[in-house]
Amino acid sequence: MKSFNIFLIGVGGQGIGLLSEVIARAIDYSGQRVIGVDTHGLAQRGGTVSSHIKIGEADSPLIKKHDADLILALERQEAARAIANYAKVGCMVVYYNTSWQPLDVRLGRDREITEDDLEIARSLGVRIFKVRESLEDVRMQNIVLLKTVDENRLIPGVKTENYILAMKDLMNESVFEKNRTVFLNR
Amino acid sequence: MKTLGGILVQKGPFEEIVIGNTAIVRAMIEGGVKVVTSYPGSPTPEIAEAINSIPKEVRPFYFEFSVNEKVALEVAFGAALNGNTSCVFFKSVGMNVVADSFVQLSMMRIPGGMIIVVGDDPGANSSQNEQDNRHYMRMSYTPVFEPCNAQEIYDMFLEALRISRTFESAIVIRLTTHTAHFKQKVRFGEYIPNSTSMSIFDPKKRGPYIPLGEAVFMMKRRALENLQKYSEISENHVKLIAKGNQRGIITAGLPFATILDVLGERVDYVDILKLGMIHPLPRKAVVQFLKSHKEVKIVEELDDFLEEKIKAIAYDEGLETKIIGKLSIDEWIGEYLPDKVEEVLFDTWPDLVEKPEVPKMSIKTVKRVPQLCPGCGHRAAFYVISKVLSERDISVADIGCHTLGYLPPYEVGQVLLCMGHSNGTASGLSLFNSERKVIALIGDSTFFHAGLPGIINAVYNDHKYVLIVMENYTTAMTGHQDHAGSKIKIKSVLEAFGIKNIYEVDTYNYERFEQVLREAIAAQGFSVIIARHPCMLKFTRERRVKGFAKVRQVRVTEKCNLAMSCISIFGCPSFQRIEGNRVLVQKELCIGDGSCLAVCPKGALAYEEGDQR
Repeated sequence: MKSFNIFLIGVGGQGIGLLSEVIARAIDYSGQRVIGVDTHGLAQRGGTVSSHIKIGEADSPLIKKHDADLILALERQEAARAIANYAKVGCMVVYYNTSWQPLDVRLGRDREITEDDLEIARSLGVRIFKVRESLEDVRMQNIVLLKTVDENRLIPGVKTENYILAMKDLMNESVFEKNRTVFLNR
Repeated sequence: MKTLGGILVQKGPFEEIVIGNTAIVRAMIEGGVKVVTSYPGSPTPEIAEAINSIPKEVRPFYFEFSVNEKVALEVAFGAALNGNTSCVFFKSVGMNVVADSFVQLSMMRIPGGMIIVVGDDPGANSSQNEQDNRHYMRMSYTPVFEPCNAQEIYDMFLEALRISRTFESAIVIRLTTHTAHFKQKVRFGEYIPNSTSMSIFDPKKRGPYIPLGEAVFMMKRRALENLQKYSEISENHVKLIAKGNQRGIITAGLPFATILDVLGERVDYVDILKLGMIHPLPRKAVVQFLKSHKEVKIVEELDDFLEEKIKAIAYDEGLETKIIGKLSIDEWIGEYLPDKVEEVLFDTWPDLVEKPEVPKMSIKTVKRVPQLCPGCGHRAAFYVISKVLSERDISVADIGCHTLGYLPPYEVGQVLLCMGHSNGTASGLSLFNSERKVIALIGDSTFFHAGLPGIINAVYNDHKYVLIVMENYTTAMTGHQDHAGSKIKIKSVLEAFGIKNIYEVDTYNYERFEQVLREAIAAQGFSVIIARHPCMLKFTRERRVKGFAKVRQVRVTEKCNLAMSCISIFGCPSFQRIEGNRVLVQKELCIGDGSCLAVCPKGALAYEEGDQR
């Protein structure tokens, strides 16, 4: 039984839920079998949010540690956490280069994760894509991430139009138009 | 755009990618459920979200958020007594709240049929414990289905409905956090609208309904006789994967799916019996499985519920099968995530599971704890409370967003049991205690849910402490559900109890809050402060919908002397520490509420120039 495993991570409020739903539906539009699960606990209140997606033959949507083929992170601290726990050798990581500092960092008790910290992962056999765009609305960071996924064909078998159809399912017309513009601006 | 409401009421049959919680709502619609009730709590609030996505005029059933889980269960019970099929849903610890009424249900004939959906939370993802509610089912003689994915949730709900109507008895569907949120393409059936409603309550025909005296034993007998029949039904809901191995696993729910994934191709070396109904057990299927295997491991999350019963069956039948239950305390704790399942299987049969090679991803990480949102009125309150209370004073937390006050930098709220405990616990802490001030906290939704008896008790028995009602006009923690406070004013309730010292304050008004808090403490009796500020997460979301994408934000001016009060005392997540220990406002987080402006001793926080607010 072999599945392609996607682990998404971010901080509550960053739009992981929508990103995950778009990806699951895009995979479905591509004609592949997909299952997933969001984990959010106290997410809305500044905690870590993650989502698991599996393509292919799998019964449980929960990904085993170090068994993710693709990691999508909406924040730098969370990208590090995902790599430390879920990356397999050869894993691809796309992260949005922003920082929502955890309490210990803000209190000066710990140091912020830097881009260099993440670069180290390359030597561990992980491929890293760093993403950042100047956006009018920060809530579209998830779509910028998705664009990188599509441009590099990081999810096997899923085409640009599959993502667009999925976005169209989930967004009202004006939101969809704005997001499509960002998604297709390459 | 596909709207959830539109998807759910289509005629069908159809397939759609949904989570388990959403699949339940379609099952309610197809199954002809007439009355649905709930009190919000994770992992079940998405059921209510899906219901609320259906416009009222096309929604085929009545839905309410009741004031607490117990009332919700009673409303559902009453409706079904009258012949109107009902469903009540709530979170794990909601089971404790409903218990008093729930344990009576199996003795009652409920002609409409009634489904109880409980969302257990192994791993305590969003609860104060990971209690195993299966124990309640045994105690109350209630049958329970345990689905392992979204499709099964839908299928089992409909099956439970059929059984519930046939037996005129309540049936439980037990979800766990990650089955409730399991996302997959579910195959739905047809929806045939049926607007008949009933009023067939008839104690002479279906009663007795008053369990007193001799009636208790007769009613209990009925419950136990039903339980025997459910045991037969339970036999129809097993899934057997048998390849003639000497080793077998008995399991249920999501751990079943996880076992399949963890074993991969090695699934060929062990047989599996997956239970669909976990109470009562399918005795024949279990005996047959035990008889045909030398060793059987019970893989179950949380307690040894199945293990005890299966071992008892084996003893009764004189079987010599080696039954392997929980091998260590670790097997009782935490969710059965894939790594945990792998460990459990490895500890049982080391040769069955390949010891996983863990890649060395030695990369720095920083822990992240949840925090109050930018602009949260509770933060403003904690800022004042932590200033007024001294080190030795005592603050009692309750359930809600404000529970997070226990974390640094505030550390307000030092003990927590459950919804509404704070008044009783604070009362006890205030006894034989003249030196240390005692403060109790409670949220507005919790005030109505379970807070009232403790408050009345404080008045009646003259307890001396200060209660702070943290009113944010919503049930914020679980996703902004409405509550009784939108119709019934908290102040008028407190006045009706005869409480003399009632203060009202907006938490952003620091000076006044500090003043009334000191006054309330000095009053030496029982005082209540209603500390209000609307939930700012809800406010900013609504503002965005109205089209305010950009607001005037706060900036740090040159007056900053790096005292760091904005971070170390106030603690809004928008203030971040950058190189050289300077402070920066993270633009993605600041909502421009300005609650921080007064907290800088140097007055270094100001609004950005230019934009009008």
